[in-house]
Amino acid sequence: MTAEPIVVAEGLHKRFGDTRALAGLDLDVPAGTVCGVLGPNGAGKTTLIRVLATLSDPDEGRARIAGHDVTRDADRVRGLIGLAGQHAAVDEKLTGRGNLRMFGRLYHLSRRDAHRRADELLERFGLAEAGDRQVQGYSGGMRRRLDLITSLILRPRVLFLDEPTTGLDPRSRNEIWDSIRALVADGTTVLLTTQYLDEADRLADDIAVVDHGRVIATGTPDRLKSSIGDRLDVVVEDPGMTTAAAGVLARLAGAEPARGEDPRRLSVPLLRGPVRLVDVVRELDRAGAAAADVGLRRPTLDEVFLRLTGGPAAPPPDTGMEPAAASEKETAR
Amino acid sequence: MTAPAHPAPPAVPPPPATLAGRLRWTAADGLTLVGREFSRLRQEPGELVGQLVFPAIMVVLFGYVFGSAIKVPGGGDYREYLMPGLFAMVTFTALMGVTMRIATDASRGVMDRFRSMPMARSAVPFGQVGADVPTALLAMLIMALIGLLVGWQPHRGALPTAEAFALLLLMRYALCWVGCYVGLVVKNEQTADQLVPLVFPVAMLSNSFVPTGGMPAWLQSIADWNPVSALTAACRDLFGNPGAPTGDLAWPIAHPATAVLLWSVGLLIVFVPLSVRTFQRKGR
Repeated sequence: MTAEPIVVAEGLHKRFGDTRALAGLDLDVPAGTVCGVLGPNGAGKTTLIRVLATLSDPDEGRARIAGHDVTRDADRVRGLIGLAGQHAAVDEKLTGRGNLRMFGRLYHLSRRDAHRRADELLERFGLAEAGDRQVQGYSGGMRRRLDLITSLILRPRVLFLDEPTTGLDPRSRNEIWDSIRALVADGTTVLLTTQYLDEADRLADDIAVVDHGRVIATGTPDRLKSSIGDRLDVVVEDPGMTTAAAGVLARLAGAEPARGEDPRRLSVPLLRGPVRLVDVVRELDRAGAAAADVGLRRPTLDEVFLRLTGGPAAPPPDTGMEPAAASEKETAR
Repeated sequence: MTAPAHPAPPAVPPPPATLAGRLRWTAADGLTLVGREFSRLRQEPGELVGQLVFPAIMVVLFGYVFGSAIKVPGGGDYREYLMPGLFAMVTFTALMGVTMRIATDASRGVMDRFRSMPMARSAVPFGQVGADVPTALLAMLIMALIGLLVGWQPHRGALPTAEAFALLLLMRYALCWVGCYVGLVVKNEQTADQLVPLVFPVAMLSNSFVPTGGMPAWLQSIADWNPVSALTAACRDLFGNPGAPTGDLAWPIAHPATAVLLWSVGLLIVFVPLSVRTFQRKGR
């Protein structure tokens, strides 16, 4: 790789009173990819978007969009980006078409171009019929879609989406996801924040896990999952033998198994690397804790996330987890 | 959304480098925001009706209910006395419209969208305030018609009448910048909503509805120095309506037109730069 990533954040700090919203955040997003910024509430996701979208200046650190500094060259940056957020940032009193025309004019399109662009976007994103109705009569999903396409009037090089599907029903979420995929196919770089792990899993090429204002891990969803290892799920036949089985699993896996609501069910991350199921079954038999079911599975992103943000304070050293700075280089490939 | 290939988006003109170019952008963006107000009115003509019902109710309430018991100093018809006060009051309350518009835009994220766009920076406050002008003209016209209907009329000819309306519009424009600043500061429509009831006592603590002569001295000086009083006094004078004050007058009441001009210019000098700065300031 030679080209600079289209979004570069270096050591961003931002403080609001006593709260450190950003505490030395670094992030690279290569052009043409979808980067999912994942983090609990208050992790600094929205502040990051606001800094990158020129709405807020960082106290320290720098950020560039396509080589332009977001603070010093804000006007140039604004011509390259689109922003859609948790709000439907449109005028409720106007029609969908009226909104697109107005914002088109504010992007300094000619009247004719603004009208043509409004029609194109409504058509392409399935709002042509609703285009002449007032936005206040739209469903939540339609508003969010209008908000999204309003930020596409200029076809931005980089699109920032701040929790684009929070509060939407599953069908509307799917529609927004489809729209985002269509954009990416056109070559737009997308940086989206989300609390939904399945959203990141489905849309993002790379994920940056953010907590306490810093990126604590980056990588593809797959790599993040691998980093905490596969999991072994076991159901023992006799609930009385669960404790014995837990001892066996702890020895094989190198971690204390978690117990579910069902007392016969145990789940453990494979911190010592892969195990063979036949070995598991044999060891359990030897301990007198016959297994009714044994299965290997990949961890969900939820488990990755919990481990990284709320789980054990320090992950064991042999998990394959790299420090964020090192893995970013790889992300930028 | 399986759709045809994305058509090439229109070319965007780069930001102008010259001052003249930037001014042209500012004017164009400001006008687009004023045009937004026309589009809204076209969508919801009912909103205009709402704006007009309020002054009509005031005319009935004050002109016929309270007015029946109020004696105009120096004699004259109370409704003739009342109309300049109502003009002033409607002018004053208009600032809340701007506050609400901006606070609503801020809480919906529309202001952030403006900020993230390559727009002329000062166009947003200018446009948001300018969007009041069409409403202002219409409201003024309707008020005048209601006034004529209940027996008010200007007596001093076309020029003073035009002067009175010009003062009303100037004051309204200046006050809208105050409203703009308040809207930019509160950023939240609920808070803005709670501020609305505060405007009325301020507007009523004046000579609009009753002569200030009967108030306690301390209250009278507040009322006399209230810009609403100066505006009302100026309109009464220019329309030739009754209620011309007599005796030992506070300066703004003795020179009402000058006072209105000074108030307006003063408000503009303070609140235009303040609003523009507040909009451009980045923080949160």
